[in-house]
Amino acid sequence: MPIQDQRKAGAGRYLRLRRDIPDWLFTSAGVIFPALLILVWWAVTELGLVRPLFLPGPGDVLAEGVRQAREGILWADASVSIYRILAGWLTATVLAVPIGILMGNFRLIEGALEPLISTIRYMPVVALIPLSILWAGIGDGQKILILFLGTFFQQVLMVMDNVKTIDMNLIKAGQTLGFSNREILVRIILPAAAPGIWDTLRITIGWTWTYLVVAELVAANEGLGRRIMDAQRYLATETILFGTLFIGFLGFLTDYFFKRTGRVLFAWNRQRG
Amino acid sequence: MGALLTLDGVGKTFDVDGKPVAAVDSVDLAIAENEFVSIVGSSGCGKSTLLNIVGGLEEATAGEVRIAGKPVTGPGRDRGFVFQGYSLFEWKTVAGNIRFALEKSRLSRAEKAERVEHFIDAVGLRGFENAYPGQLSGGMRQRVAIARALVYRPRILLMDEPFGALDAQTRGMMQELLLRVWGDHKVTVLFVTHDVDEAVFLADRVVVLASRPGRIKREIRVPLARPRPYDIVADPGFVAIKREILSDIREETLKSMQLALGSTERSLY
Repeated sequence: MPIQDQRKAGAGRYLRLRRDIPDWLFTSAGVIFPALLILVWWAVTELGLVRPLFLPGPGDVLAEGVRQAREGILWADASVSIYRILAGWLTATVLAVPIGILMGNFRLIEGALEPLISTIRYMPVVALIPLSILWAGIGDGQKILILFLGTFFQQVLMVMDNVKTIDMNLIKAGQTLGFSNREILVRIILPAAAPGIWDTLRITIGWTWTYLVVAELVAANEGLGRRIMDAQRYLATETILFGTLFIGFLGFLTDYFFKRTGRVLFAWNRQRG
Repeated sequence: MGALLTLDGVGKTFDVDGKPVAAVDSVDLAIAENEFVSIVGSSGCGKSTLLNIVGGLEEATAGEVRIAGKPVTGPGRDRGFVFQGYSLFEWKTVAGNIRFALEKSRLSRAEKAERVEHFIDAVGLRGFENAYPGQLSGGMRQRVAIARALVYRPRILLMDEPFGALDAQTRGMMQELLLRVWGDHKVTVLFVTHDVDEAVFLADRVVVLASRPGRIKREIRVPLARPRPYDIVADPGFVAIKREILSDIREETLKSMQLALGSTERSLY
């Protein structure tokens, strides 16, 4: 546990390298700082320092959100986008977890796949939109394909690393206890790597969210990303801002869900060290 | 004759940048049933490699290891292994870790449960059987590892610097605990350490390994009576044995330092 030094008075004691601060302060800081930013934003727009076209006030953005919610657009957009995110991310995960585990354990499989995946990982997903239309049409499949492409190649390498960093002696212990390779893979390596893999899933679903606008760039009628792109045509700045912030908010909720669930699933991992 | 574990010309050569480097070289050793043998040597002398070969976790490139006359070809349940780190299954409780080791045994459910209970008591973890390893101290974690390695009743217990990461006081307690468990359960122990006090305190016989390549430099019997009190380390008989081993190890350490120095000099030019 980090130590709190009671002797040092004043704010200085909260700004010491790597020292812990009280929980209430940590939480309040996370609320107060964004609140201050909103206050500055509000002041700047209220005082007329920028034109509303460039930056509408927080009130206008909120009003836009209320309008979308009332008209039912928000729910329709969100549900279709969440569906695409989940479908793309789940497809990626279902493939990346087993492939990553195999790559992390068998050098031959790593040797065969790693250079290829590392190359594809750097290819811009946006550039693949024309191909994705050719392959998957212009329906939901195409959007899901883009989200998949943006997620899978990062995910698989991270899962491989999660597996590689587990203690080699756990595998040796399994061997001395008489377990087969398959049993060691499923009953030792997988649970040992699970907290790390869960973190990878949490981080990568964040990346899936960031690809939403790209995914809904072409031939989409609904979706949070589509709404933002449409608003660009009419210079509806408050719609753009609201949409962007709302995606961020959903991302925040996703992250929170993963963190809480992880804490329950891997309760044994908490008091480590 | 009568030896349970025999090493016959055991050697291991690694390939480093295309050049063969001998880690272990022609080790001959015969260990009797229920004997406690310590292997000491300076770091990097190949003592862990040797233990891994006996455990069947690494293959020897020369010679043969036999247990009761049968050649070792891989890991097996006639040997238990305690590793240097705390290699526990963190997602299983103390009892769960110990029980997991019994999964491949043909005992009935009731017998397994009884075994687990017995070993929880034997290593003094009663009251912690439902704790997760993450909640335990280093010494307690290593007790779980010992119970896990003994619960399926292997004939040989292989220990690779098991107490190396513990503080001096805990280490002393763990050594006494190990001797007690060994006395109660009659198992043959091969114990690798770089701590000379530990090696002498525990063993019937200490094997000193020379470095690069690891080969047996000397074997010393430890004729001190058992049970050994913790303050035996101050006993003149103990000190005499310790002094001999220390001078051996110092000689080896100096040799390997000169070797290392020599190779740095060479690489400078």
